[in-house]
Amino acid sequence: MRPRPPRRDYWNEPTLGWWERAYIFEVVRGLLTTSRVFWRNMGRWVRGRKGALTSYYPEERRADYGRRNRGKHVLTQRPDGRPQCIACNLCATVCPARCIEIEAGLDLEDTAHPKYPEAFAIDYARCIFCGFCVEACPEDAIRMVPDIPDLPGNDRHDMWLHKEHLMTWNPQRDVAKPYPPKGGSGP
Amino acid sequence: MIQDLVVHGVFIVYSVLVLMTCGLLLTWVERKQAAIMSDRIGANRAYLRLPFTQVKLVWWGLFHGLADGAKMLLKEDFRPDSHDRLAYALAPWVAFVPVLLVFAVVPFGGTLVPGELFGSAWFGDRSYQMQVARLDAGLLVVFAFGGLAVLGTLLAGWSSNNKFSLLGAVRAGSQLISYELVLALTVVGLLFIYGTVDLVDIVGQQSGILLGFLPAWGLFLQPLGALLFVVAAQAENQRIPFDLPEAESELVSGYFTEYSAMKMGLFMFAHFIEIAIVAAVFTTLFLGGYNLPYMGDDGFHFPGGFTVEMSHGLVVALQVLVFWLKVFIMCGFLILVRWSLPRFRYDQLLGFAWRFLLPLALANLVVTVVVVGLLDGVGA
Repeated sequence: MRPRPPRRDYWNEPTLGWWERAYIFEVVRGLLTTSRVFWRNMGRWVRGRKGALTSYYPEERRADYGRRNRGKHVLTQRPDGRPQCIACNLCATVCPARCIEIEAGLDLEDTAHPKYPEAFAIDYARCIFCGFCVEACPEDAIRMVPDIPDLPGNDRHDMWLHKEHLMTWNPQRDVAKPYPPKGGSGP
Repeated sequence: MIQDLVVHGVFIVYSVLVLMTCGLLLTWVERKQAAIMSDRIGANRAYLRLPFTQVKLVWWGLFHGLADGAKMLLKEDFRPDSHDRLAYALAPWVAFVPVLLVFAVVPFGGTLVPGELFGSAWFGDRSYQMQVARLDAGLLVVFAFGGLAVLGTLLAGWSSNNKFSLLGAVRAGSQLISYELVLALTVVGLLFIYGTVDLVDIVGQQSGILLGFLPAWGLFLQPLGALLFVVAAQAENQRIPFDLPEAESELVSGYFTEYSAMKMGLFMFAHFIEIAIVAAVFTTLFLGGYNLPYMGDDGFHFPGGFTVEMSHGLVVALQVLVFWLKVFIMCGFLILVRWSLPRFRYDQLLGFAWRFLLPLALANLVVTVVVVGLLDGVGA
């Protein structure tokens, strides 16, 4: 038999006393720890509370998003419910991820804003949530809200949010822009 | 004669059905218990939708076992080019069937008198022990069939023509042989106390009361033996901390690396049923089987003359229920161990068996023999 190579000394060499080396006591301690966690969590589930640190992903909002998290876009609306957007394409131009697609439409009835977005879509597979689109918008038509897009999908084509999804936001009270705006329609 | 056939047929169907259900349930219990132990939620997505409705039965993900089974049945049965046809096809069954056979000798209830239960004259006053096969060599049969399962493992490893499989099989072989020895030796002490290998007799002798307050279970007669039995049984079952044969960080998945679809499923299923079997054997030997303290064949007889009369059907139902309850508690404990401890190194594994467990089992045996001999000697 070959002689064993000398053991190296490590600065963090584990030191086992007889208690640890007897193994069974530490095994019992480990089992007590895990079963304590089990019964604690089980008790929470049985009492109708959540006994886990993880969350049901699409159904449940994670508790640890910051208050200032801005993870989703909204298109603001005029008092009559049409989008405030004038399809100027500034947001799509400034977007570093090039994830905004706008198709402009013409509405000669509305003489103040004849140009409006026929389609407005954001690809959340590519969006980097930088907020440049909000900065660029001359009409305050796009904003970011403390929310997440919630888009689990089987396909990257499922990761688009279109105009009808983005226009769901309709706050009754807003400090920056009261709805309906005081004194007349339109900014 | 026909009556015997009918009753035993019912027992066989019952045993197979319950064991299969156990295996299926344990896949879910294992995942869910592990999740709860580690602050997770666990399997909760599979559901059954009631036909023609939108009612989805999720039931805490209880149907994940069914989903797994369906997936395995529908997968491609991929085989390596150079496998040994016969042995490769045979191995999963050789691993699976003995596990079921072990249960044949485990009594899962007391005495059944079908004539009294159903009130029909056809059965007469025949009475049956609730057990598939009444063999007086019960415990030996358990070990014989338990040892047979390793053949399937070895066959699988050899016939796959894959070095990971072969290494896993060789590891499984040496591990199972080492721990089989320990397992048998721990039980020998119990045999000296009970003086029989007939499992029905062993369970019957555990119905009494010890020292006035303890149930006369093997656990209290042979505490060290029970501990060693659990350790060796976990190793027999090839589960963490003894899952070296399929150590996935070293051997992909050991001896069934080259198996896919339902053949792999059979190996997994055999493992899960084996948990239930191990728990059932432990219950029979150490936890008094279907006995509750003070429970007899006609109800409870508490000390001080307090008696609760129960009908035969109630007693039978209670005994079967108590047996499975004990088995499930034991399964839960085995799963707790599996999700708590880290894996051994291989030399530690064999060293643990030969240098630690075996001497302890022998010491346990010697002490038992001396004590039993002294007690008997006093009597004689």
